Amino acid sequence: MTLAEFFSCSLLAFGAPLVMFAFTVANDPVRIIIMIAAAFGWLLSFLLSSLVWYAVVPLRSYLAFGMVFAIIFQEIFRYGMYVLLRKTEAGLKEISENHNIGSNKLEMAYVSGLGFGTMSGAFALINVLADSVGPGTLGLHTGTEYFFVTSAAMTLCMILLNTFWSVIFFSGFDDKNYVKVGWVIVSHFFVSGLSLLNSKELYAATILPSYIVLAITAYIAFRTAGGSARSLMQSIATRS
Amino acid sequence: MSDTGSETEEATEHTALMDGHIAEARPDRVIAERIAKKRKTKPDNQRSYGSVDGVTGGASGSGSGSVPNAAPPPPPAEPQLEELELKYGARHVIKLFVPVTLCMLVVVATISSINFYSVKDVYLAYTPFHEESPYAVTKVWNALANSLILLSVIALMTVLLIVLYKKRCYKIIHGWLILSSLMLLFLFSYLYIEEALRAYNIPMDYITLIFGMWNFGVVGMIVIHWKGPLRLQQAYLIFIAALMALVFIKYLPEWTTWAVLAVISIWDLIAVLTPKGPLRILVETAQERNEPIFPALIYSSTVMYCLAATTTGGAEGGAEPRPVAAGAAGAPGEPRARELRPLNPHGSRENEANEAAGAGGDAAGFDSAWRARAQQQRRLRVDTVERAEPPRYTTRIDRPNTAHAAPQPGADDEEKGVKLGLGDFIFYSVLVGKASSYGDWNTTLACFVAILIGLCLTLLLLAILKKALPALPISITFGLIFYFATRCVVKPFADALAAEQVFI
Repeated sequence: MTLAEFFSCSLLAFGAPLVMFAFTVANDPVRIIIMIAAAFGWLLSFLLSSLVWYAVVPLRSYLAFGMVFAIIFQEIFRYGMYVLLRKTEAGLKEISENHNIGSNKLEMAYVSGLGFGTMSGAFALINVLADSVGPGTLGLHTGTEYFFVTSAAMTLCMILLNTFWSVIFFSGFDDKNYVKVGWVIVSHFFVSGLSLLNSKELYAATILPSYIVLAITAYIAFRTAGGSARSLMQSIATRS
Repeated sequence: MSDTGSETEEATEHTALMDGHIAEARPDRVIAERIAKKRKTKPDNQRSYGSVDGVTGGASGSGSGSVPNAAPPPPPAEPQLEELELKYGARHVIKLFVPVTLCMLVVVATISSINFYSVKDVYLAYTPFHEESPYAVTKVWNALANSLILLSVIALMTVLLIVLYKKRCYKIIHGWLILSSLMLLFLFSYLYIEEALRAYNIPMDYITLIFGMWNFGVVGMIVIHWKGPLRLQQAYLIFIAALMALVFIKYLPEWTTWAVLAVISIWDLIAVLTPKGPLRILVETAQERNEPIFPALIYSSTVMYCLAATTTGGAEGGAEPRPVAAGAAGAPGEPRARELRPLNPHGSRENEANEAAGAGGDAAGFDSAWRARAQQQRRLRVDTVERAEPPRYTTRIDRPNTAHAAPQPGADDEEKGVKLGLGDFIFYSVLVGKASSYGDWNTTLACFVAILIGLCLTLLLLAILKKALPALPISITFGLIFYFATRCVVKPFADALAAEQVFI
C-alpha cells in the first residue's frame, strides 16, 4: 500500500514534468544545460532565502516570513536567469547544433522555467516521497491521510506554474509589458500564501484556487507564446 | 597511427611548443595542421585545418581576454572560431553528464539500499586517526592529518608513476594497472555482490556466483585492456569508478572523507596547473612520446581502443598523440571532436588507500582481511588509473578519420572524444554518495546539481582557455558548499516547509 502510494504520488507530481522533459528538452543538449542551470539558480535562491530564514531566529517559527523572502529571491533569480539567457543567447546558438534554438524567444524561457519548477518541486516533495514508502503510514492516529496526495498535487501545480511563470515573465521583460511581470509576482504570492492554509488541512481551499490560478496562468502563457485556439486545434488535428 | 613518420615529426614539434606551454591547445592544432599538410592525400583537409588554425588562434587570443566574463560563449565577435570551438561543446557536456550521473546513481542507490557501505567499522591503513574522540577539535585535526597522509601517499605514487613513465617501464605500469583492475573486477565486485545479496536476502549458491563472477570479470578485463564494444567498456569503467567510490565512502572516517575531498581538489589544481606539477610533467612526457593513455584510466565518450592499440606504454602520453593522429587522418567534412581530458592525480591516492586497506585487513582478521584485499585491489587499480591520468583537461581536436584509421569500428565517427579521468568520477560519486548516506534527499540533489554545474563551468573554461584543466576543484567546491549549506541551513527550512505543506 505504501509502495502504491509512493508511485502514485511521485507520478502525480513528476509525471507531467517528466513527459515535458522527455519530449521537449531531452533531445537537445543546450536545453538540458539551460535546465540544469535554471535548477542551480533555483537552488541558489533557496539557499539565500534559507539563510535569511535561519538568520532571523525570532521569526523562524513563522513560515510566512520565510516564504515571503523565498518568493522574492525566486523572482530575483528568475530575472537573473532572464538576463543571463538573453546575454548568452548568441553564444548558446553557436554551441547548439540546432541553430534554430533562438528562433522562438520563449523556448529558453520555457526550458528554464521547467528547470526552476522541477527543482522547486523536487525540494518540496522528494523527502516526503521518501517517507511515503513506509514503513509508517499517515492518518491512522492523527493527521490526515490526504497529506501525500495533496502535497503531490500542489507540487505538480507549482512545477507547472513555475514553467508558465517563466514564459510570461520573460516575455513581459522582452516586451516591456510589466503587467505580465506583475501578474507573475502577484499570483506567486497568492498561491504560496494559499498554501499556508494547508497546515490547517483546508485542502479544498488551497488546491482548487491554486489550480484555477494555474489554468489562468497557462492560458496567459499560451497566448504569450503566440498560441491561439485555432493553432491548438490544428496541432491536435495533425497529431491525430 | 599509420603515418609514423609524420607523427614523430609532429611529436617533436609538439614538444618544442610544449616547452613554452604544454597545456595549450594550440600546439595540438598546429601539429594537426602540419600533419594535414604532410598528408597530402587530402587537400581538403589541409584547407580546413588551415582555416581552423586561424580560427583557433583568434579564439585563443580573444578567449583569454574574455575569460573573466565566464559568461558562456562569447558573442559573435569571434565568429567562426567560437563556433567551431563550442559547437561540440554542448553535446560533449551531455556526454559527460550521462556517465557521471549514472555513476552517482549507482553509488547513491547502493548507499541507500545496502547498509554495509554506510557502516563504519574498518578503516584504511592510510587513515590512522579514527575520529572517535567526542571533541570537535580532535576530530578536525584527525581528519586533517588523515587527509594529509593520504595526500602525501598520492603525491608519492604520482611521483613514482612519473619516474616509471620517464624510465619507460611500461611493463611495470601496465602490470600494475592490470593487477588493480583484476582485483577490482573480481574481489571488490565479489564483495559488492555478496553485500547486495545479503541486503536483499537472496540465497545464491557458490557455483552460480563463481560462474557469474568469472564471466563478469573476464569480460571486464578484455573490454578494458584489450577491446570490446564501446558501451560495454564505458559501463565497466563506470562500475569500477562506482566501486572505488563506495570503498572510499566505506573505509574513510566521517570527517576525513570531507577533508580528503577538499584536499584532493586543491592537489588537483596544483598538480595540473603549476609549471612543475607532476601531472603536467606526465602529460608533457606523454605528448613528447606521442603515446596514448591507458584505457583503464579514462572514461571516453569515443572509442578508446584506438588509443589502446597504439599505446602500450604511458597512459598520459597517449591521449595527446591520439588527437594528433586523428587530426592527420581527419576528413575535412567531418566535425572535429574535442577531447576534454581531465587527468586525475587521484590514482596515487588510491594506491595509498589500497596499501592502507591491506594493512587494515591484516589487523582486522578474516572479514576485514578480505575487505582489505579488495580495497587493496581497488586501490591498486585506482592508483594505476590515477597515475596514468594526470589531472588535466586537454582540449583536443579529433578528426573523425582517426577512428577510421584506427582498427576500431565506425562508431567513432559519431562520437567525438570527450574524456574524463576515472578519478573525477570517483570523487564526484564519493561526494554525492556521502551526502546521500545521511538520508536527506534534498542534500543529495543539491550536491548533484552543484557538481553538474561545476562540470559545466569547467568545460566552459576549457573551451575558453584551451588548456588542460583540473576537473575537480570547481565541482567539488560547489558540492562541498552546497552540502554543508543544505545540511545546516536549507534542510531545516525545507523540512519545515514540507511539514506545513507550504509551497514557495
